[in-house]
Formats: sequence, structure tokens, C-alpha cells
Amino acid sequence: MIDASATAVAVKPLRAQTVLEVKGLDVRLPTQSGILHAVRGVSFDVALGETVCVVGESGCGKSMTSLAIMGLLPNGAVRTADRLAFSGKDLTGLTERQMSDLRGDKLSMIFQEPMTTLNPVYTIGDQLTEPLFRHRRIGRQEAYEKAEAILERVGISGAKRRLGQYPHQLSGGLRQRVVIAMALMCEPQLVIADEPTTALDVTIQAQILHLLKQLQREFGMGMLFITHDLGLVARLADRVVVMYAGQVVESGPAKDIFERPVHPYTQGLLRCIPIPGRTERGGRLGAIPGMVPSLIGGIEGCSFRSRCPAALPRCANETIELQDLNGSHSYRCVLDAAAGNDAWKRNAGSMEKTA
Amino acid sequence: MSGQSTVLEVQDVTRTYQVSHGLFGGNKELRALRGVTLSLKKGEVLGIVGESGCGKSTLARLLLALDKPTTGDILLDGRPVSKTKTGIISRKVQPIFQDPYSSLNPRKTIGSIITLPLRVHKIGNAASQREAMLEIMDRVGLSTRFINSYPNQLSGGQRQRVAIARALIMKPEVVICDEPTSALDVSVQSQILNMLQDLQVKYNLTYVFISHNLAVVEHIATRVAVMYFGRIVEQAETEAFFRNPRHPYSQALLGSVLTPDPELGVPDPDLGTVFPDPLNPPVGCAFHPRCPKRVTVCDQRHPEPTGDRDDFVECHLFGPANS
Ligand SMILES: Nc1ncnc2c1ncn2[C@@H]1O[C@H](COP(=O)(O)OP(=O)(O)OP(=O)(O)O)[C@@H](O)[C@H]1O
Ligand SMILES: Nc1ncnc2c1ncn2[C@@H]1O[C@H](COP(=O)(O)OP(=O)(O)OP(=O)(O)O)[C@@H](O)[C@H]1O
Ligand code: SF4
Ligand code: SF4
Ligand SMILES: [Mg+2]
Ligand SMILES: [Mg+2]
Repeated sequence: MIDASATAVAVKPLRAQTVLEVKGLDVRLPTQSGILHAVRGVSFDVALGETVCVVGESGCGKSMTSLAIMGLLPNGAVRTADRLAFSGKDLTGLTERQMSDLRGDKLSMIFQEPMTTLNPVYTIGDQLTEPLFRHRRIGRQEAYEKAEAILERVGISGAKRRLGQYPHQLSGGLRQRVVIAMALMCEPQLVIADEPTTALDVTIQAQILHLLKQLQREFGMGMLFITHDLGLVARLADRVVVMYAGQVVESGPAKDIFERPVHPYTQGLLRCIPIPGRTERGGRLGAIPGMVPSLIGGIEGCSFRSRCPAALPRCANETIELQDLNGSHSYRCVLDAAAGNDAWKRNAGSMEKTA
Repeated sequence: MSGQSTVLEVQDVTRTYQVSHGLFGGNKELRALRGVTLSLKKGEVLGIVGESGCGKSTLARLLLALDKPTTGDILLDGRPVSKTKTGIISRKVQPIFQDPYSSLNPRKTIGSIITLPLRVHKIGNAASQREAMLEIMDRVGLSTRFINSYPNQLSGGQRQRVAIARALIMKPEVVICDEPTSALDVSVQSQILNMLQDLQVKYNLTYVFISHNLAVVEHIATRVAVMYFGRIVEQAETEAFFRNPRHPYSQALLGSVLTPDPELGVPDPDLGTVFPDPLNPPVGCAFHPRCPKRVTVCDQRHPEPTGDRDDFVECHLFGPANS
């Protein structure tokens, strides 16, 4: 089963409007103690109009994956991939110049901290129109009108007045809206967002996510959304990619991942969070004891085995391949999916009983 | 709940900072707390929620006597904190802060960080201090092999355990937790929450638990206080609060919680985006520029709290004029 499905995963036919293809992506970073292998053979794709969420704990390689796609890795980092393509165009062959033509145009990125994107010495208007001047032949008047319109679209009142303001004159929530407006200026086909709402309050987070969803429906862009917040993933994602120690350990439609998770790590994560109505108030939460393995050098066997409650002797030395479940849901574990599912249901059942 | 005696009492407390306002603006007053009244009963876990900048940490610092109110009083076991020796306060009230990185001295060993409170207050001798350290390290699940390690050799979760051990070695009555798990991954967060809960039962501790994670507050708190712009706008028992939030801001907060339910999609909290400027507070209810339920009086008169001390809401919709 493992062999057959491994190839099945690899040659899975792409959907018609695939905008991003990532296959076998590796990122290696030089560090004082050796080469840190941050991203290890990551594969997924994103279609137009689709939201794919990458979730996992701190240090699992989420940001490195997104930076590798954008061509923004730190100095010294080495990126390799079997395929890395945007709208069918191979990204690995592009020069830095060609890559920067793409960024902020058809491919744009939203970072966690708005001030990494906004320049404190330029007005909001100057910063919003900059990508237009750079990527489009457009007059000043038209560019400013467009900027004003997009600010209104992201729910900023008094848009005309805001164009003349500087970033420090806006609240954190408004700044992040400006950054979103900036990412949308050239009507991108793909937006990559790395924890764009993590620093915001919950009401503002909901407002901004709601807005992004609305704009996505309107513009039809694909979204690659990086987060460690499982609640956010459940509400936002069409498909979910769960990462652990630089690898994809499970991926599939959001409904499958949250209702029928198979990988022991995914199940563990879902048991750790208090879920209103399901976990008993004041009761014990699930735990994943132990620590993530070092990413320096190779990892033999399953990278999760030191923390896995279901580990078997063979998990220590076999190379664990992704197994395909039903063409859209896959997981990296030697366990049988049915057994994994039973374990999940048994546990979920007992949690409900105590609630 | 065990006993109903009040440990900490906050009486109409304000805290105003003087901040410089632009180049020629001179000094302006920033009212971080605008009249907070609160009582904390022994053995309870009071969750405090509210958005960034609403004054949660300012209140925490006042409760720890790390800062003084501009007006109003704080009573510890019935005595004004302002007239109590700091040694006595820190024996009874201890903090756990958000950032396990910056709250630990990087040049001190873990053993010396944990025993510092005992040494500062000259409690016991070297042998009894070591014994207390070993006991508390065991309680918080820290291996004794870390005694001579430095903070940078520990993971985030381990550092937060050190911070908890340091707070609990004094056997305090009250622990003020200011976002104690916000910087941690969920797998570590759940372990720390389980531990805080075990310790609370074991030592009959009283917690103030500040967090922006509503699901965590619902899980751990027995009572909830919602802050907005320097005031507590609603207070209620946890169960009742989550079943029936009354204040429009509380409703927006709960409506914005992203529970891991893939069927539900992203909620629209239906709020305005105009945030109050702490240097120019809005007239009337501070929430009125964003409130979907505002009525005519909202931008004219400040609403009075309706209810009693532990269970009230501060909103014109519930005020005498409307009920
Ligand atoms: N500039 C760098 N040089 C060397 N290693 C790095 C560098 N930046 C990150 N790393 C390492 O690469 C690994 C992956 O980091 P990455 O930033 O992708 O994690 P992440 O999943 O985004 O985590 P977080 O949730 O904390 O943002 C980590 O082990 C990290 O320590
Ligand atoms: N030392 C200070 N000097 C001037 N203003 C301050 C000072 N400390 C806090 N403030 C201001 O007081 C208000 C309340 O701040 P506080 O840190 O208590 O908020 P908070 O609710 O803890 O926010 P967060 O959720 O971001 O931690 C904010 O407007 C803040 O900018
Ligand atoms: S492969 Fe083995 S160790 Fe890894 S997750 Fe599956 S059962 Fe656990
Ligand atoms: S007093 Fe008015 S503005 Fe304030 S919360 Fe109540 S209804 Fe809304
Ligand atoms: Mg990251
Ligand atoms: Mg704070």
C-alpha cells in the first residue's frame, strides 16, 4: 500500500486552475552547529479561489516554506525543489529581477507585523500606489483613485484622508488593513499570508479574515495561509497542510482533518486545545510531551516517534512515506488509517461524555 | 468554591500616565484605568479579557504592588496595599508573566532564579531553601538536571515552568498570571494549563488569569471580567457569561472566537473600526464608535453599571432608563 500510494500522491493530476505547485521542496540553512534542514520534501498545491492553510508548531518550517516560494530566503539558505511553479511557470529558473517583478504583482505576501511591510517615512498613498507604478503603466491620478477605492474595500473609512497619513498615525488593525490593501493592489492570483492576524485582537482578527474571504470571492485569488492557530484553520481553510519538523505529516480537506484526523500528531494537537462544549471545563487537556527533534542533519525513521503514543519499533528505522487515503487526504505514518480513526473516535467520545 | 473570603479588593482605581504628545503638544494624560472595582475571593480563578491596550497589564501591576494607583485603593486581606510592607505583599501575591524569555535573568542559573524570592526575603537557610526548590521543581515537572543550567538552554515551556516555580516557591495566596501561555505552542500550553490547575487545587490558590484566548479563559476561569478601554464593562460567572454575554462588546468578543469547527466559516463581528484614542477618550460609552447596538444616549452619557459587584454590565441597554 505504501509504495503504490506514494506514487499516486506524486502524480496526482492537477486541478485545472492550479496557481501554485510545490513538489519536493527542500530548504537548508547554514548554522554554527551545522546545516539546518528546515524544509524536507514539502509538496502541496493551491488552486485559484482556494484557501490552503499550513499549520504546525513553532519552528516546523512554515515561514521557510513561504519564503522559499517567494524567493525571499535569508542569505546563505539553499532551496531545491522537484517543481516549484506559479501559474505553470517554473520559479526555480527565474532571476532575482524576474522574481521581484512577480512579487507585489501577481504573487503577493502579507506578513505578521505590518511594519515589516510599511515604510514609516512614506504616506499610505505613496506606498499603496508604488506597486502600480512599478508593475503597471498608469497615471498618478488613476493610481490614487485606485488606492482610495481599495482602502474603502478593506473597510477603512475616510479613505481619501488616509492616503495622506503616515503608518504611525494608524492603529495596528488599520495598518494590517493597509498591508492587505497593498497586497491586493495589482489583483494578485496568489496571496501568501504568514500569520497576518496573530498580533491582532480577536474581534479585529475576525473582521480582517472575513474581509479577506470576501475579497477572495471577488477576485478569485488563491490563498496560502500560514498559522499555528487551529481554530483559524478550521474556519478559513479549504484544505489543510499539517507540518512537523520540516515535513508534511498530514494533508487534506479541512473537514477531514478536523473530523477524521489520522496522524497521531494531528490528533494530539487537536486534543491540546480547549474546545467549548467538547472539553470539560477545568478538566485535563491532552498533551504532547517531549520536544521537537533537532533539524540539524538527518532524522532517521519517523520524526514524531519520540513523542508518539502509538510508536512501533519499525518507526525508528523505516523511512515513512506519505500514504494516500482517498485521493485528497494523505498522512505520513505506518499506522492503518482505520485504526487511527478508531483511536480518534474513542477518545473524542470519552471527551464528550465528561463534558 | 472553597470559602468566600475576599483576598484582594480593588476600589474605584484609576491609573493615569503622563505621556508627551508630539513635538509641541506638551504632556497629556493617558487614562489607562478609568475606575476599576473588583473583588477577588479565595480559591477562585478570575479571568480578565479585553483587547490590546485596555489596561489588563496595568491592573496586574497594581495588584502586584509594582505600581501605584493614581486614585482609589487596593486592599490585601482587608488592609490597604499602600500601607503594607512590600515583603508582606510579595509573600502573598506572586506574578507569572507572558514572556518566559525576558522575565528570567539570563546570567543566573535556574536553581538560583527559583530560590531568589526566598533569599530576598531571608526565608529559611540554604538547606531548607534547596529542599523547597527541589519540591517545587518536582511539582512543576522540571528535571533537577536543570538546576545549574541557564535560561537560554531551556525551551519556552521549560522556562515558563521556571517562572511558575519561582512564583510558587513563596507559597503565595494569589497568583497574577498575565498571558502565561500566549507565547507557547498549543502542546506546551495545554501542559502548563493542566499544571496551573493541579497546583491551584493542591495549594488552594487564587488566580487572576489574564488572556486574550477566550477558549482558554472559558476552560480555566470561574468568573470572567471583560475590560474595554480602562473599565470593566461586564463581570459574571464563567458559565453564565459564555452562555449569555450581555455587553455588546462581550457579544462581539465571543462571536469572534474561532472554534475549530470547519462547518462554521469566518464570523463577521459586525463592528465599526473606529478605535478610541486613549489621549482623547470619546464622550459617553467608550464603545459607542464601534457598537452595533448604540442608542441615542450612548455618545452623550457614560453608562452606569447595572447589577451587583460580581455580576454586572455597564451599558445603557441595561441601565435604569431602559429596563
Ligand atoms: N535565518 C535562519 N538561520 C538558520 N536557521 C533558521 C533561520 N530562520 C529560521 N531558522 C530555523 O529554521 C527552522 C524553521 O523555521 P521557520 O521560521 O520556518 O518556523 P515556523 O514554522 O515559521 O515557526 P513560527 O511558528 O515560530 O514562526 C527553525 O528550526 C528555525 O530555528
Ligand atoms: N508606562 C506607561 N507609560 C505610558 N502609557 C502606558 C504605560 N504603560 C501602559 N501604557 C498605556 O496604558 C494603556 C493600557 O496598557 P496595558 O499594557 O495595561 O494594556 P493591556 O490590556 O495589558 O494590553 P495588551 O493586551 O497589549 O498587553 C495603553 O494605552 C498603553 O499604551
Ligand atoms: S510512524 Fe510511528 S512514530 Fe510516526 S506517527 Fe506513525 S506510529 Fe507514530
Ligand atoms: S452603552 Fe450604548 S454604545 Fe455602549 S455598549 Fe451599550 S449600547 Fe453600545
Ligand atoms: Mg513563522
Ligand atoms: Mg498586557
